[in-house]
Amino acid sequence: MPKFLEHSTVSWKGQQLKHPSSAIDRLDPRLRAVLTFLFALLVVSCQHYPALISALLVSLVTAMIARVDRKRTLRRVLAMDLFMIFLLILLPFSVPGDSFLTLAGLSASWQGLHQALVIILKANAVILMLLTLVGTMDASTLGHALARLKVPEKLVHLMLFTVRYLDVINREYKRMRMAMRARSFVARSDLHTWRTFGYLFGMLLVRSLERSERIMMAMKCRGFKGQLYLLDEIHWRRQDSFCCLLATAILAIIAGLELNSPLLLSNGG
Amino acid sequence: MHIVDGALANEVVIAGALLSAAGVAIGLKKMDMDRLPQTGILSAVFFIASLVHVPVGFSSVHLILNGLIGIALGWAAFPALLIALLLQAVFFGFGGLLVLGVNTFNIALPALLVYLICGHGVRHLNPKVAALWGAAAGALAIAFTALLVGASLALSGEGFITAAKLAFASHIPVMLLEGFLTGATVLLLSKVKPEILGVSGDRA
Repeated sequence: MPKFLEHSTVSWKGQQLKHPSSAIDRLDPRLRAVLTFLFALLVVSCQHYPALISALLVSLVTAMIARVDRKRTLRRVLAMDLFMIFLLILLPFSVPGDSFLTLAGLSASWQGLHQALVIILKANAVILMLLTLVGTMDASTLGHALARLKVPEKLVHLMLFTVRYLDVINREYKRMRMAMRARSFVARSDLHTWRTFGYLFGMLLVRSLERSERIMMAMKCRGFKGQLYLLDEIHWRRQDSFCCLLATAILAIIAGLELNSPLLLSNGG
Repeated sequence: MHIVDGALANEVVIAGALLSAAGVAIGLKKMDMDRLPQTGILSAVFFIASLVHVPVGFSSVHLILNGLIGIALGWAAFPALLIALLLQAVFFGFGGLLVLGVNTFNIALPALLVYLICGHGVRHLNPKVAALWGAAAGALAIAFTALLVGASLALSGEGFITAAKLAFASHIPVMLLEGFLTGATVLLLSKVKPEILGVSGDRA
């Protein structure tokens, strides 16, 4: 098996996506999280092309303002598209309607094609906005923002612990893989490989849990009682109010486009 | 595996969010302070495992390991998997934002079911017996997940039924792999550190 297939195209390299600082970074993290959620709600409830295409354009422009790494962001968005590619290819053939193409006895319908296009537009607009507004945050900043937005405290603590351990476990995994490579282990499609991966994850658990027990004891020594005090500098500033107004206007325009567009095709979804 | 935004019917998305919220609430209630680091670790293991591709046949699949997470965490699997999926969506663009509830439910409910069905078996004192239960847990968790993913698609419209069947079929090799792999993991854990599986310290 070629080496590049052994790992996904992505790997956890610490916290946020690296990018030059931009106007988006200076916005209140709470505002960014809430706006992304509202944008997703609006986009998912749209059904017509004018609104969906403008939503995708809004996402693209925001991504440019945020100065995200173009190649990496594009790769991630494409990877998401590949997740659903079978569903999208199948849709025109499985949704009944007026056929526009017959392939090997199966007819593809306009309605199915319409439905597939709508899904592609929605999914891409939402994921791009999510990567741009929230993905550019430090993971712990996101945790703090969620805590300020009244997400249950325990859940936020769990998230902060998880973010911390991601790095630990990733490094531990890499170290053990290197040890396996040093003993000339090559991943093949056989039982030996599968068993080895099983042991690998077992060992990973043993080592990280022992580590976590030590951390917990050290934290208790310092008086930890289940409460992490969140120290941060999240402040609402004038630029946030301005951005909030602008975003409301944009969301209103998208909603207006949706409500005013005539039915382009008989409604598929 | 990860369903994207915009694909499912609104009813399915809302139902998924509500059910996951209930699961997470119970999970958080059952997770006391001492279990917080352990839950965080398993959440991180799920995250990293889904970036690891293991060859199966002529292609490769990424690991899910929700069976393993389930037998180690029980109800706490709900919050652990929600956090991992949220981080994956935010930083890697896996899945989507509003479907987070559905995706969490599809992966965490099987983890919980497997805990209820096989949790007793993996605590068996004989590591080989425990490993067999572990293998059953790994394979069953994927089978349940495949059923739930198929069901969420099929409930969203007639047009998705073919895709739902395909999604189920594509999980069969993953089921074999995860069953075997989780069995090996449980074999090792039951020899080396059975406390992780919930065996009390003095018996081990």
